[in-house]
Amino acid sequence: MTPKKFMLVNRKAPYGTIYALESLEVVLITAAFEQDVSVVFVDDGVYQLKKGMQTKAIATKNFSPTYRALEDYDIDKLYVEAESLAARGLSADDLVAPVKVVDSAALAELMEQQDVVLSF
Amino acid sequence: MLHILNKSPLEKSTLDTVLRLAKSGALLLIEDGVYAATRGSAAEPKLREAMGRVAVYALMPDLQARGVADRLIEGVATVDYEGFVDLVVEHPNCQSWL
Repeated sequence: MTPKKFMLVNRKAPYGTIYALESLEVVLITAAFEQDVSVVFVDDGVYQLKKGMQTKAIATKNFSPTYRALEDYDIDKLYVEAESLAARGLSADDLVAPVKVVDSAALAELMEQQDVVLSF
Repeated sequence: MLHILNKSPLEKSTLDTVLRLAKSGALLLIEDGVYAATRGSAAEPKLREAMGRVAVYALMPDLQARGVADRLIEGVATVDYEGFVDLVVEHPNCQSWL
């Protein structure tokens, strides 16, 4: 079967809701089925990649190191929208994983090329 | 691409993001998203600006349910559930924004 182009669009901050973790599960599932996966971080979704999370005191697992491990699953297409980073006073240096920072026009272009787009 | 949006533009900023990332294709407003298609709402100027590059639709049953079917911004097309399905079929891909 020809792999499909999947894009997962993350727009929620990591711990207030379950979306970020659920998205990560789906990323790993699509990778297991050897699909062409892009993972995108827009709006508050960029907070999922913030360095230095310490979640012990909220009794929640810090899943941010997993983004760094995605490369081992052949997922190396991580995109962050430049406008979303800027609006939050962040830069690529603040993020746990190597990502491509792209502007909204470039991201829109990428989105058009996908077979399946899933929102989280 | 067909972008499907179900959030009120006054409660969530999702509409702004969709309009920033929708290059072309269509935007279908459903559920609370239909408020963006009503005259006089704060979202009207943004929506009008986007209508140059994106075809905007609103789901009639959701407009009717909210009592705003008579306040539709000119140039926004309405669809019923069958029209919704047609839009999904007509576009190569779609995204249901959360």
